[in-house]
Amino acid sequence: MQAAQRLGFLLLVTPLLLWLGLLIIIPHVDMFLVSLRERVGVGEYATSLANYRSFIDEPLYLMTFARTAVMSVMATALTLLIGFPVAYYIAKMARGRVRSALFLLCLVPFWVSELVRTFGWMILLRETGLFSSVLQWAGLADAPVEMLYNDAAIMVGLVYTSMLFMVVPLITTLDSLDDAVIEAGYDLGGSGPSILREIVIPHAMPGIVSGSIVVFMLSLGNYLTPIMLGGKDSLWFTELIYSQFIVRFNWELGAAFGFMLLILSSVIVWGTLRVTGQTLEKTMG
Amino acid sequence: MIPTIPQSRLIKVTYTAYVVLFFTYLALPLTVVAVFAFNDSQFPSLPWEGFTWDWFFGEEQPKIGVFHERPILRAIGTSALVGLCVSALSVAVGTTNAFLFNRYQFRGRGLLYVLMLTPLVIPGIVLGISILVFSSTVANAAWDAVEWDITALRPGLVLVILGQFSFITTIATLVIAARLQKFDRTLEEAALNLGAGHLTAVRTITIPYLMPALIGAFVVAFLMSFENFNTTLMLVGSDAPLTIAMFDRLKEGSTPLLNAVSLLLMVGSSLLALVMIAFQRR
Repeated sequence: MQAAQRLGFLLLVTPLLLWLGLLIIIPHVDMFLVSLRERVGVGEYATSLANYRSFIDEPLYLMTFARTAVMSVMATALTLLIGFPVAYYIAKMARGRVRSALFLLCLVPFWVSELVRTFGWMILLRETGLFSSVLQWAGLADAPVEMLYNDAAIMVGLVYTSMLFMVVPLITTLDSLDDAVIEAGYDLGGSGPSILREIVIPHAMPGIVSGSIVVFMLSLGNYLTPIMLGGKDSLWFTELIYSQFIVRFNWELGAAFGFMLLILSSVIVWGTLRVTGQTLEKTMG
Repeated sequence: MIPTIPQSRLIKVTYTAYVVLFFTYLALPLTVVAVFAFNDSQFPSLPWEGFTWDWFFGEEQPKIGVFHERPILRAIGTSALVGLCVSALSVAVGTTNAFLFNRYQFRGRGLLYVLMLTPLVIPGIVLGISILVFSSTVANAAWDAVEWDITALRPGLVLVILGQFSFITTIATLVIAARLQKFDRTLEEAALNLGAGHLTAVRTITIPYLMPALIGAFVVAFLMSFENFNTTLMLVGSDAPLTIAMFDRLKEGSTPLLNAVSLLLMVGSSLLALVMIAFQRR
């Protein structure tokens, strides 16, 4: 019996260790090692921090890094602000069939690829696009209006792309809030805003945290939306990684960039969890 | 604010209007993509030139429809193949993971559980490059040591499959573990009492119970693989899956052909989602 159980354990733990070891842990360690390499001659490398130094010395890299981080945080905040009332409506206001229909409607756009969603925004926003045509038709503009290729377009695309990952965890946590608790709040003289602040938001915190983490990750690591909707000056950090790897073939610098992105996302995720007193197991598992 | 608490009419109307506006925002991009698939024009934009099926069935230049456009068809095939491999692999490993975390208490369990979740918080593009770097390290080492060129470790479908598998497995594990959590262990014990072996009990009792979750995980994994972009972009070789092929075309300029492909994708994934919901209900 003991032996059988041990065998079962070994059989189950092996795939997990192979998966995590060969596809997650060792590749990241290897990426880190490559990022510490400096090319000193043909096929000759020395260990140094040269790649990280050029990351810090080159303003373009550092600026792009900061811009990507700030815009991702903004996109996360916007997604939360826009999505929260809708999640609350679905969880607390809607009933029965309407409720499940609205919930399904929230999911539908996300069964198609991000590429299709971005393409849709391009059709809407570009110079020959729908919005521009409508504006001209309504007499609000007398020439085609270009709404694509700027930071606002990137924002619209990022918020759109990650909305589901904010709304669904919010609905789940808000759903578990008993209506009686809210009623009690009113009975005790609370007003709408104070109940929101003292009852609803604290209760929804796990959902807010897990939604925000996922949305932030998706925005930070997004490649498609900034490149398709953004303009020439709206460079995203992932574009730098891509160009170092695929265009310039400078894997050492690219790996350093990748590692910086990983550090940034880990620090922000860890910080958010610490500040809000949540754990990764609770918010994700 | 809940229905049992009276609210002023103005607030109610404003709130409802906001929700309506939100769903319009969600629906708008997909609607225009779908509608312009039928525009009889070279560009997916206004003016509306009339209704046509040419972007699906057209046979000659300049309007070659999806069903006659070989590169796109091949890309769909590639994506489907990758999707099936990824789903099969991640459901298999997801199942063993779910059983491991559900049935065994061992040292390092908490650490392994957190590690199992980490792929969700690693940007897809970083997963892609780390696997790219590591596989070429291995491939170069193999070449230096025994002059053996392992083509599977160079950018291509095998790496795409491994890259997508690396994070989709986490999703599959979570889906399957959630259902396994609700399983009543006494049912298995009853089977054991009735003389079944451990494996028989699991095969005849637990696995059928898990079936909706297994199918759900398979469909979700397939859809995620089919629409994955970031990880795939870093690992792709000469056979491009659909998202990459469409991306390359979109960079050159768009024709309603892309709208037609997108519409087919929407229909396909909605059907799959419906199948999944039907299975969950049973």
